[in-house]
This record gives sequence, structure tokens and C-alpha cells, in this order.
Amino acid sequence: MKIEQRLRRCLSLHLPLSIILIFVLFPFYWTLNTSLKFERDIMKVPLKYLPNPMTFQNFIETWNNIGFGRYFRNSLIVALIAVFFIVTFAVLVGYALTRFRFKGKQLMMFLLLCTQFVPGVMLLIPLFIIFKKLGLISNLGSLVIAYTTFQLPFNAILMRGFIQNVPYDIEEAAMMDGCNRLQAIFHVVLPILLPGIIATAAFAFISCWNEFIFALMFISRSDLYTIPVALHSMQGEYDINYGYLAAGSIIAMIPPFLMFAYVQKYLVQGLSAGSVKG
Amino acid sequence: MERHNKTWLPYVFLLPAIALIVCFMIYPVGTVFYYSLHNFYLNRAWANGFIGLDNFKQIFQDSLFYSSLAVTAKWVFWEVSLQLIIGLAIALLLNRSFKCRGLVRALVFSPWAISGVLTALMWSMMYNQHMGVINDLLLKFGLIKSNIAWLGGVNTAFWAVVIAELWRGIPFFAITLLAALQTIPGELYESCSVDGGGKWVAFKKITLPYLKETIVLSSLLRVVWEFNNVNTIYAMTGGGPANLTTTLSMYIANEAIHSNNFGYGSALMVIGFLILLIFAEIYLKASRFGKEE
Repeated sequence: MKIEQRLRRCLSLHLPLSIILIFVLFPFYWTLNTSLKFERDIMKVPLKYLPNPMTFQNFIETWNNIGFGRYFRNSLIVALIAVFFIVTFAVLVGYALTRFRFKGKQLMMFLLLCTQFVPGVMLLIPLFIIFKKLGLISNLGSLVIAYTTFQLPFNAILMRGFIQNVPYDIEEAAMMDGCNRLQAIFHVVLPILLPGIIATAAFAFISCWNEFIFALMFISRSDLYTIPVALHSMQGEYDINYGYLAAGSIIAMIPPFLMFAYVQKYLVQGLSAGSVKG
Repeated sequence: MERHNKTWLPYVFLLPAIALIVCFMIYPVGTVFYYSLHNFYLNRAWANGFIGLDNFKQIFQDSLFYSSLAVTAKWVFWEVSLQLIIGLAIALLLNRSFKCRGLVRALVFSPWAISGVLTALMWSMMYNQHMGVINDLLLKFGLIKSNIAWLGGVNTAFWAVVIAELWRGIPFFAITLLAALQTIPGELYESCSVDGGGKWVAFKKITLPYLKETIVLSSLLRVVWEFNNVNTIYAMTGGGPANLTTTLSMYIANEAIHSNNFGYGSALMVIGFLILLIFAEIYLKASRFGKEE
């Protein structure tokens, strides 16, 4: 009886879990494996399933000679500035929508929801023309503006949820004690809101860091490439160096993974359906 | 909540967001409609001008447009249905208790943080005809006799991209469904088993009804998302071979990036918007927007 139960648990739980984990983790393992091999071993049949002999040369070359150091910096600059604006504006919107009663509130919610359905691809041409007029083609500023605009609605809705959970009484008490509203926001609301702010920032960062199609369209100078565009252009070269490509991939996934490690507990705990984007 | 005497304050708070959305979303949407009625070349300004509905007439004779609609339907259907089914199975598994559950969950969700381009690169390397590990493994297990060019073959390219995108898309469903599963009160299952109901009965009578709303809403969002999704396809096949992976969004992206006639691309975007409008309408109805509060 006991053995039969354990067998059933194994077949219905551990076996499917193992299959899923292999499917999920295999691409990571293989990319890491490729990035640590010598070039001659990558193409050699039979394939090696462990990087033996191992080298870090691909990482060094990719970072220094291929220019990943610069691409990494470009991506980081764009993502950090955009995240700053996204979070600031999202707090303002979230605060206005939870703490005030005003005309047009429902309309604002409707606007935020609807913009979720406006895809970047469908606006490539008009945004290109606008940024051309503003002199922002091949300028990281265009990406900061585009990312802030497109990430803001989702993150504002997210922030609204976090602010709803901050009790209004505390804020009122602070205002009774002589704080004005801005002081109350800074000294009372923001400290309580901090975990939510960090979670929102992490979400926004991942989206900005991963964005591809705007960066491809608006940036044509190769020294201003962000990481996804750089990876794509490496892949398009006639003589692809897979060691560099794999090393570049590993470098590219480090920042979003660090963010993910922080937000993954929020993913399941708090977020209701529909508020998480893909 | 309070009725405030400074009625302008909320509007000041909303101003930056509204300004950005109006300037870089709503205004551009308007100009797309305007450009769609024009010839619009960046490099041949003398050829530009109002041409009425000519772009749309041309689209309705464009065989690539019709094939892109068919590919879009196929793409969205398989992505959303497979992501939902597999995501639900994974959510049910991850909701049970076992050792290292937190770690396993984090690992299973991790592709969610990966970009479409990166997904495309990692899978392209594995699909590679000459040094790809997938060919190597299938040869070892005796499932194929010679190396296959997965991304170049007319029979395999579409499905190869579908699988790569599934890898990245399943975690989204698993996450949202797991979150919904955790809101189901445990007593319901107890009373069900007291009444003699088996696991399948409990799943049908308790789990599915509880998850229904989440399933409907996240599937609809996912339909929109996969409809618009170009990153993985763009970086994996660029729409090829023979346009077999060219969805409407891919067609639009290729037109915007490679073609000189922005008018024609804008007309395609208008059609894209009209399709999205239908989805948005269904979504707002399904989420009963406006009835809360």
C-alpha cells in the first residue's frame, strides 16, 4: 500500500515536474555550455555536453572586442532612466486614482486599460516620423520616451493596487499633525510603499531591458545599439561566431534574472489575473 | 477617500502620464489613419500625396496579406491554447506540496524574464542543422536518420518557432493560474471528498469554476499579446521560409523597417488596429469594466 502510494506520487508529481524542469532549463544549460567552449569544439561532431576544455575567452572577447561592454551600458542607461520616469509617474497616477474623487477618474482607468491594447509594432511608422522631427533618431532619448510611454499604463495600474493597500488613516493622521499632503506622501506613504515600488521598478526594468523592435527601428548607429539589437545583428552576420553569441546571451540575461529573483514572490502572491503582462 | 477642496491636484498628478500617452500613443494612432490614405516615401518626397483608399485596394489584392492573416490565426490559436493547457497542468502541479517548492517554482517561471530575441537566439542555436543539439539528441535516440534544417524547412519552421515561443509563454499562464488556484478555499475540497467526490469531480466542480474568470481574461490578454508579438519570430526566421511564419504583425514590422512606402505600412496598421479593437471590445465586456466600484 505504502509503496503503491509512493509510486503513484512519483508518477503523478515527480516525473512530470522533472520533464518540465528539463524542458525549461535545457536551453539555459546549452547556452552556458556553448559559451564556455573553445570555438573549434562548438562545431565539432560528436557534440560535447560539457565544456571540456573550458574557456572564458568568449566572454572576454564579447565584452571587450565585440563591444558588449558598450551595448550593456546603453541598455542600462535607457532602462534606468525609463524606470525612474515610469515609477515616478506611476506613483502619481496610482495616488490620484486611489486617494481622490474627481471628474474623469473612470475615463482615466478606461484610458489606461485601453492603452494595453496599443501595440508598439503598429506605431513603428508614426513614432519613427515623430522622433525624426524631434531629431531623436539614433538617440537613446527616443527609447527612453517610447519605453516610458508604453510601460507606464500597466505599471500605473499595478501601483494603484499597491497604494490601495496602504491604509489612508496613517496619512490622515500625519496631515492632522501638520504635514501637508506632499510631506505626508514622502514621509508616510512612500516608506510603506517601498516594496511595491521596487517590484514595479523590477517589472519595468525587465520590459525595458528586453525591448527589441523600437530599438531596432529607432537606432541605426551601431555604437548606440542596445543588447537585443546587438545580439540580433551578431546573429545576422555572414560568419556567425556561436561562442560569442552564447556568451552575449548569458551576459544579456543576468540583469533581468537578478530582478526576477526579487519579484518572483510577488508574481504569485499578490497579482491578480490580467494585471501581469507576458 | 475624501472630497478635496483642491480639485486641481489629481489632474496635476495625472498630467505627465496623460501628456505622454496623448503625444506618443493617441496622436500617433491618429496619424496612422492619416498616412494610410497617402503615398508616403521618406526618400521620394515628390511622390507623396493623398491617394484615397488606393492603399487598401492594393492590400485586398495582396496575397501576402491573406496568407499573413492565416498564419496569424494559426499562430495565435496554437500559442494560446497550448500555453493555457500546459500552463494549467503546471500550475496544478506547482500547487501541490513537495520539497524545494519555492525553488522549483522560480526555475519554472524563469523564462518569463527572458526577451523574445534571446529566446530566439538560444533556440536557433539548438535547432541549428550542423551543430544543433536537437539534431544530435534525436539522432542518438534514433528518431531521425539525418540532420534536419528545422528553421529552414517549409514543414518544420512554423512549429519550431511555436515551440520556442511556448517555452517563453507558458510561465505567464502558470503564474496567473497558480495565483488564482491559491485563492480557492481548502474547505471546499474537504467537503467534496467527504461527499465521496474523487479528484476528477473536485477538479470539474471546484477548480475549473473558480478558475474560469482568470482563464477567460488571461487567455484574451494573451491572444492580443501573441497577435502583436514579433520579437521571437523576427529574430528566429524573419518571417521565412517562403513567408510561412509571417504573421500580420511580422508583415507590418518588415514593411516599417525595410520598405520605403510608409503609406502602405500604415494602411496595414489600420487593419491591425481594427482587429485589435474587436479583441479590446470582447475583453472589456468579459472583464465587466466599469461595473466594479
